[in-house]
Amino acid sequence: MAKPTEVTDSDWDTQVLKSDVPVMVDFWAPWCGPCRMVAPLVDELAEEYDGKARFYKLNTDDNMQTASKYGIRSIPTLLVFKGGEMVDQVIGFRPKSDLKKSLDKAFA
Amino acid sequence: MAEREYDIVIIGGGPAGLAAGLYAARGMHRTVLLEKGVVGGQISLTEMVENYPGVPSVNGFDLAQTMLKQSESYGMETEYVETKGIEKTGQKWRVTTSGDDTLIGKAVIVTAGAEYNRLGVPGEERLTGKGVSYCATCDAAFFRDMEAAVIGGGDAAMDEGLFTTRYVSKATVIHRRDELRASRILQERAFANEKMSFLWNTVVEEVLGDDQVTGVKLRNVVTDETSEMPLSAVFIFIGQHPNSTFLEGLVEMDAGKHAIVDEWMRTKQPGLLAAGDVRQNSARQVASSVGDGVTAAIAADHYITDTFRD
Repeated sequence: MAKPTEVTDSDWDTQVLKSDVPVMVDFWAPWCGPCRMVAPLVDELAEEYDGKARFYKLNTDDNMQTASKYGIRSIPTLLVFKGGEMVDQVIGFRPKSDLKKSLDKAFA
Repeated sequence: MAEREYDIVIIGGGPAGLAAGLYAARGMHRTVLLEKGVVGGQISLTEMVENYPGVPSVNGFDLAQTMLKQSESYGMETEYVETKGIEKTGQKWRVTTSGDDTLIGKAVIVTAGAEYNRLGVPGEERLTGKGVSYCATCDAAFFRDMEAAVIGGGDAAMDEGLFTTRYVSKATVIHRRDELRASRILQERAFANEKMSFLWNTVVEEVLGDDQVTGVKLRNVVTDETSEMPLSAVFIFIGQHPNSTFLEGLVEMDAGKHAIVDEWMRTKQPGLLAAGDVRQNSARQVASSVGDGVTAAIAADHYITDTFRD
């Protein structure tokens, strides 16, 4: 079963930027209520896109370097990457259909 | 596009809606609750709820999740869609949503709550989530050692402004009047906090920045002088408005667009009820909203029993 895995400041480049398939990263923190609403939706997408895309979670409390590099100023924020480039972002809690639409931009 | 029949359709998943759902489902009514965002509404963004009787202290999101599970355990269904409209169809109500199906209810309980007001200035919407925030407890941590503005002069502005000082180097309260509306205790705390300063008689004309907030353009309402202030975050707390757009033209409303209801949460439309922050004179507390929701569910139960007896 495909599940989102943790990514950190130190393995960000190898896991996310050098991925050969599109990547969705869920920026979250333990204290953030809406983040806990987004997490199960990302879990579902990870199953649906198994083999086609990879899914990561980045804890912004522990990985401020990456969070600030991408100008994260509010969580949850989801970033979508393709070939090391950010192609889309979703800020705040959105329904699953919006998350899917955002991820699909990496396949356009 | 299918039509689905329910006894009770509840619009909005805050404390009022969740409590109404619990009573409706326990009353053996086929019940669906519609939520466009996060279950819990305003409390899902609250770090700690400390004034819900019987629960000494609880995270707002956790409290909402507990309420949701309790209501669902009695058969309440939950759907994550936005409500588009309500209209009468025979003796029932038709609810259209952003989802595929149309929902038919013998009774509809509107618990859509309230939403924060926006300033309505250029740059605000574009930079939301990029330095513009309506929730300090959610976002302040991203502005460690940076400067922030706090817009507003009420309890929320002081409360959240004080919270930002855990992180920011300086929080400037920008208020259009020359005194605060906030309760005395919060005013005293704010004035005593050395990270907080105050800019009176001043309004924000524009939020500046390309992909991040870099400052605000200000105007003094007395002298009409304009100025710019460099900063990284703008926290906005200037009151709220009820989510009552889909009730317009359908029920009586006050000047603030709150639905007018009787003591049973009934509007003048049979089978259409409103409870919690969306109604006139709500006390705007978790406990009072729960009470509202329960009252509305009991009234809906009586209405359905009287009107639809076969």
